[in-house]
Amino acid sequence: MDPILFLLFAAIAVVCGITVVVQTHPITSALALIGVMGSLAVLYLLLGAQFIAAAQVIVYAGAIMVLFIFVIMLLNAGRERKTRGSFLARLIGPPLLVLLLGVVTFVILAVVPRDAVVKFGSYTGGTVENLGRAIFTTYLWPFEITSVLVLIAIVGAVALAYKELD
Amino acid sequence: MPNAVPLSWYLALSAVLFTLGVAGFLFRRNIITMFMSIELMLNAVNLTFVAFSYRLKQIDGQVFTFFVMVVAAAEAAVGLAIILIVFKNRATLQVDDLRTMKD
Amino acid sequence: MHHTSFYVLPGMQHLWLIPALPLLGFLINGLLGRRLPKAVIHSIAVGTVALAFVWVLKTVIALQPLATPHVERYFDWIRVGDLRIGVDLAADRLTAVMLLVVTGVGLLIHIYSIGYMAHEGGYYRFFAYLNLFMFFMLTLVLAANYLLMFVGWEGVGLCSYLLIGFWFPKKSATNAANKAFIVNRIGDFGFTLALFLLYLNFKSLDFGTVFSGLAGWHTDTGMGTLTIIGLLLLVGATGKSAQLPLYVWLPDAMEGPTPVSALIHAATMVTAGVYMIARSAPLFLKAPIAMDWVAGIGLATAFFAATIGMVQTDIKRVFAYSTVSQLGYMFLGVGTGAFGAGIFHLVTHAFFKALLFLGAGSVIHALSGEQDMRRMGGLWKKTPVTFGVMLAATVAIAGIPPFSGFWSKDEILVNAWQRSPVLFWIGVLTAAMTSFYVFRALFLVFFGTYRGEAHAHESPPVMTVPLALLAVLSLGGGLFQVSKWLAPMFPEHAPPDSPLLLAASISAAFGGALVAFALYWWRPGLADVFARRLKWLYVAALNKYKVDEIYGATVVRPLVGTSREVLWRGIDVEVIDGLVNGVGRRAVGIGSLLRLAQSGYIRSYAAWVLLGAVSLLIALGLLGGVR
Repeated sequence: MDPILFLLFAAIAVVCGITVVVQTHPITSALALIGVMGSLAVLYLLLGAQFIAAAQVIVYAGAIMVLFIFVIMLLNAGRERKTRGSFLARLIGPPLLVLLLGVVTFVILAVVPRDAVVKFGSYTGGTVENLGRAIFTTYLWPFEITSVLVLIAIVGAVALAYKELD
Repeated sequence: MPNAVPLSWYLALSAVLFTLGVAGFLFRRNIITMFMSIELMLNAVNLTFVAFSYRLKQIDGQVFTFFVMVVAAAEAAVGLAIILIVFKNRATLQVDDLRTMKD
Repeated sequence: MHHTSFYVLPGMQHLWLIPALPLLGFLINGLLGRRLPKAVIHSIAVGTVALAFVWVLKTVIALQPLATPHVERYFDWIRVGDLRIGVDLAADRLTAVMLLVVTGVGLLIHIYSIGYMAHEGGYYRFFAYLNLFMFFMLTLVLAANYLLMFVGWEGVGLCSYLLIGFWFPKKSATNAANKAFIVNRIGDFGFTLALFLLYLNFKSLDFGTVFSGLAGWHTDTGMGTLTIIGLLLLVGATGKSAQLPLYVWLPDAMEGPTPVSALIHAATMVTAGVYMIARSAPLFLKAPIAMDWVAGIGLATAFFAATIGMVQTDIKRVFAYSTVSQLGYMFLGVGTGAFGAGIFHLVTHAFFKALLFLGAGSVIHALSGEQDMRRMGGLWKKTPVTFGVMLAATVAIAGIPPFSGFWSKDEILVNAWQRSPVLFWIGVLTAAMTSFYVFRALFLVFFGTYRGEAHAHESPPVMTVPLALLAVLSLGGGLFQVSKWLAPMFPEHAPPDSPLLLAASISAAFGGALVAFALYWWRPGLADVFARRLKWLYVAALNKYKVDEIYGATVVRPLVGTSREVLWRGIDVEVIDGLVNGVGRRAVGIGSLLRLAQSGYIRSYAAWVLLGAVSLLIALGLLGGVR
């Protein structure tokens, strides 16, 4: 059962990813990105990370992507125009990407042992309780800093985009 | 068929998504789309973290994922605000048109 | 007894005061003189020299009998490796003679200058330079090692330049000053090479060390090391003392004020070369070939310059060539081993040549600037005092007994006879020419009818009193038995008492005078007849045998041309500037190239980042040993 699920949602993720990159209209890209996030949420479940899966859907797909779509619609972004861009990116981009993928895959295949498998239900430690305990004990300091960071982000966003009412 | 998926597949998927994100960043011209490619990259990394959390049977990987998500949210908020300002000043979302360097 | 080891006597004489006093005068007049009244300026200048003279007298008396040199070492100037040069001053009999001449005659000329320069601008500058010159000359004379002597040597060259070019707005004056300095420099090059060789062979430049080190050397038979050193020193001396071939600066040096010509180019600076050779006597005595060259060049110069002096029309030029000629006699003296005689002639020459120049200055002053003898004449009535002193100087230089010039010149000629009769006869002929040209000058200036337009007046006492004193010295200078006094240092071979030689010398003196009398008083037109008959000889001599023009064409123009085309345009502008500018251009070029990376396109920046990341990844992967 696991392999089928994995393959299915992996395929969806890849197809949506390609759509994000290849599509010219931003709305389509945004929707495709939501698709990627959704499939990733399922994969998280398969890996035994329930909370993360839920957070992915609620926060990422549900809040962040909605924010993206709000902005796209606010700015009335249309289809992309072809502009004369960077020659360098077009020149060395593709080979480098291939290289990147190749190197990383090679490293993975070389390092990870053959018998490492993922079985649904094998790891049950991804509970809210475990996560909470970790966050509030071992990772308390980063947690507090991150909350300050979020505050900064809010203030920054408001300060930047605020328009005086005439 | 055995009821298990090799871990390396998850990692390979993550690599593919990451590469797609980089490709999107390099080849797209719309600023918002470039931003979304960044989100795609972050997601790929999240997958890696969770996969290793499973492998090592520790919660720390997921904690990292949690933080990545939070930071991504903050970053998206601020970044989009900046894009709004840029659009207000330049009336364009084409990243190549935002260039003011002299030749 | 020759120079033995130098050592310090218990009685410190403070020799340093002698040069220091004029230096003080230079500093005060040079720095503050612009605001000081003329009376203060010349009082300081004359006063410091007078005090120096007094101190010299006191030192010479105190150091009697001055059998051995008295050395005072003050402090180390250079201490590098095994070379030690100290600021050391020494006094022996030779130094004493030089000191008395320099400060004594110098003092008289300083006093004379008060009158001569009374109406000139730059009063303070003149006296400051004059004092500076005294400082350097005294340093040269008092130095106890070759390098300190060289400091004085160079310094007097500098002052000569400053004073010749005193009226610097005049182009001819600055040209003459440049010429003097540059030609001197050529000689100095020889001197410097000699210094190097001296150090190499004796490990020291101290007189005492070098001369006592000479004891272990054999006399050179061919071109040994000592001969080469001697010849190089001779090169330096020909530059400073205006001998062939480096004499060309002296006649042009007459552009300077007349007191300068008297002091520097008659009495003191030009004698530095003779002094230096006399001081280096122990070395020259072991290098006979070098000595012969000294004598030969001296004699040739004496003859050559005399021929030119016979036909010149500018009164100062006549005396300038006369100086060159008389210096040749001094070189002849020291070159034949008669060091004492050479120095004796140096002393008498200082008296009568300074007098001749100062007298000429008095004449020029009387005629408000006229220097051409063809426009003078009959001045014995109008300027009797000047006439009187000039007559004294003329008979002295002509070698008419019993006046000073006769004694010194005769001693040189007799010693020359000992070396070779040829030297003697040429020397006698030159003496005849000398007598001729000075009497010619005398007759042209003071006798006959006045051919000019100016209103002649006698000079003020401040000028005539020094002239009178110098006249007394010129006439009675033979009483100073200089060579006898210097005998302990320079053993003289007693010359044979030959009546023949004596007669030859005296008749040459009278003969020359008679010919001048005949041509310029008895039958005035006769001179022009001779000039027409010997036309080409006359014109050649008048044009100084075109030596300056020859030098200009063979040396000066190629050198300047090379400097301009090769060294300046070729190397400096193209190579050096090109290199430096090229570096700048290269930097700009590389900068423009690197600038292309800053394109402004976000995506190209991203590409660079990706490039970096992938490289890092590969590096980490491979280094991490991933197989």
